[in-house]
Amino acid sequence: MQQVAAKCDPAPSRWAYRLERLMLTPLFRLFLRIILPFMVVFSIAAIWLSDEARRDRLSGFVHEARVSIETRPEFMVNVMAIDGASVSIAEDIREIIPIDFPLSSFDLELEHIQEQVAGLPAVASATVRVRPGGILQITITERDPVLVWRSRDGLFLVDQEGFVVASAKSRAAHADLPLVAGAGAELAVQEARALFAAAQPIKARVRGLVRVGERRWDVVLNNGQRIFLPVDGAVQALERVIALNDAQDLLARDLTVVDMRLSDRPTLRIAERSVEEWWRIRRLQVGNTEE
Amino acid sequence: MMELYESQRAMRNMRKAAMQRGVVAILDVGSSKIACLVLRFDGTERLAEVEGIGSMAGQSGFRVIGAATTRSRGVRFGEVSAMQETERAIRTVVQAAQKMAKIRVDHVIACFSGASPRSYGLAGSIDLEGRVVNEQDVARVLASCDMPDYGDGREVLHAQPVNFALDHRTGLSDPRGQMGQELATDMHMLTVDAIAIQNLAHCVKRCDLELAGIASSSYVSALSALVEDEQELGAACVDLGGGTTGVSIFMKKHMIYADAVRMGGDHVTSDISMGLQVPTAMAERIKTFYGGVYATGMDDREMIELESDTGDWEHDRRRVSRAELIGIMRPRVEEVLEEVRSLLDAAGFEYLPSQKIVLTGGGSQIPGLDGLASKILGQQVRLGRPLRVHGLPQAATGPGFASAVGMCLFATRPQDEWWDFDLPVERYPVRSIKRAVRWFKENW
Repeated sequence: MQQVAAKCDPAPSRWAYRLERLMLTPLFRLFLRIILPFMVVFSIAAIWLSDEARRDRLSGFVHEARVSIETRPEFMVNVMAIDGASVSIAEDIREIIPIDFPLSSFDLELEHIQEQVAGLPAVASATVRVRPGGILQITITERDPVLVWRSRDGLFLVDQEGFVVASAKSRAAHADLPLVAGAGAELAVQEARALFAAAQPIKARVRGLVRVGERRWDVVLNNGQRIFLPVDGAVQALERVIALNDAQDLLARDLTVVDMRLSDRPTLRIAERSVEEWWRIRRLQVGNTEE
Repeated sequence: MMELYESQRAMRNMRKAAMQRGVVAILDVGSSKIACLVLRFDGTERLAEVEGIGSMAGQSGFRVIGAATTRSRGVRFGEVSAMQETERAIRTVVQAAQKMAKIRVDHVIACFSGASPRSYGLAGSIDLEGRVVNEQDVARVLASCDMPDYGDGREVLHAQPVNFALDHRTGLSDPRGQMGQELATDMHMLTVDAIAIQNLAHCVKRCDLELAGIASSSYVSALSALVEDEQELGAACVDLGGGTTGVSIFMKKHMIYADAVRMGGDHVTSDISMGLQVPTAMAERIKTFYGGVYATGMDDREMIELESDTGDWEHDRRRVSRAELIGIMRPRVEEVLEEVRSLLDAAGFEYLPSQKIVLTGGGSQIPGLDGLASKILGQQVRLGRPLRVHGLPQAATGPGFASAVGMCLFATRPQDEWWDFDLPVERYPVRSIKRAVRWFKENW
């Protein structure tokens, strides 16, 4: 049908036209841009990983890379530094945290270490961190013992909150700390300290405090004298006794017990020998010479 | 008749679907160029509410996002003459427009100018059963129009109700809801050769596109070239195309007549080609650059080189004056306008209250054409350019794109056509049931 020399105007072929229309279809473009590349990548990865040996190699490679990063010197911890602890506690800490240095900081479980250190009886609080320079820094605040407590199980050191800090070898090793005794004495440390503070004027004579029935205190003096203190107002009662002592030299007399348990009726117990002596003198005065 | 009704309804539904989707392509299949515009609709529901044409002439809701033209091939006198070539041309232009729009279009609304359109005026009337005119009554009165025998092998392209009359009140544009006894209508029907429609539809189909509507080029170019008052008061639009010259007459915003002269700019070109012994492409170029219809003394001195490379020195260096060119062009242009004049006379254009004539189309760009046309057609002649629509490239705003732009308006705000109304109840096979229902309604 074409004329011999007629030159056709350019026109897209049927297939080029259809392809272009297809490429202009939004859904198809979405498919081509997102879904198809995703599927291709996914299928390549799946095929490659379907081999056991390749999987092992991949995981080995990943592990190696991980290890090589973790063991870089920047991440290594070489030294443990303990601040704020006395020598014995520091030794305790080193004992309960057995870490072989050098160690990667990725392998350190700081929270666990912190829990362990804070769990020590002598430690009030602890912070654990890795300091630059590869130092495991443990900063602790110790509990300070304020009393020596003698119980049935032995001698112990007690801090002001009533925590048993450590056991003491002997009373003489902690001569500067006051002594308390009796069951439940460690639970009333604050009161005990107040009593010791009030007993400052007779400090030289005070041997210690005894907790009686886990409710009240006895002050024990050096020659076996005792001051029974009431449950409530123990400090005031003790102050009264000291005031009496100042005025009348009460404690220098031959008393065994000053009983302040009933505040409106203080009672004195005189030593038996003195009572007998007192009776003898009474008889002499009366003129009764039976002996 | 029913087949066409169904196919036109199917096309209308497809057009609705395309507008729902938001993208539709306009295809102007002309004899000298094929143009394709891609329209994007923004708010169709807003458009539907507006009554009448509105301040933006119904073009507020769409935007041209792709435009392309290509030299037409395989189309002669506005009809498809070589199917493959036309298909290739449509493919080229649709692809280019799609590329510019960056979106795929599936629905296309096409227009063509040829296929010997013929206008019929139909009249019909019915007695109203209910007092108030409803949708069904409109459908019935449209169906009651007496169909002329328009011949085998022709199809109805447009069938638009132009006027409704209720009892003795005429000039109603929408009789629905009004009271009356007798409803009459005037309908304008445009028939074209069925073969031409089928060929075009086949070409479009072979390009993997869906035909969502079809229109006559002379109708749609008038939509874009006539301003609102011209459409209202009465005017004729002469679309001087390449292969055909379309004529349409508008009155009260309705087309009341359309026809086409099977002569156009290509004939002028071929006259030049024959008269000056130059190839067609060169004749076209000379016509475009130096063409005119009025010769002055200056034109005798303006010489046009007719270069060619036959090897003959004398032949390759011929020169003609512009006056000679005008001498060749003018008789043909006059002939075209005379034909238009006779068409207008046959249509009774001189009885219209306003006799405005608007020249548009690529051929209207000949310098001095308005002067010549006013001598032949009448005093009220003007050159019309298409309406400006959103996003139309500057290159596509010339009068040659009047029908393409008109198609945009046609696509967004189509005239109510006969097939837009439901089939009247009587046409249904279930008519007896419907009658029973109606009897029930009336008596209970």
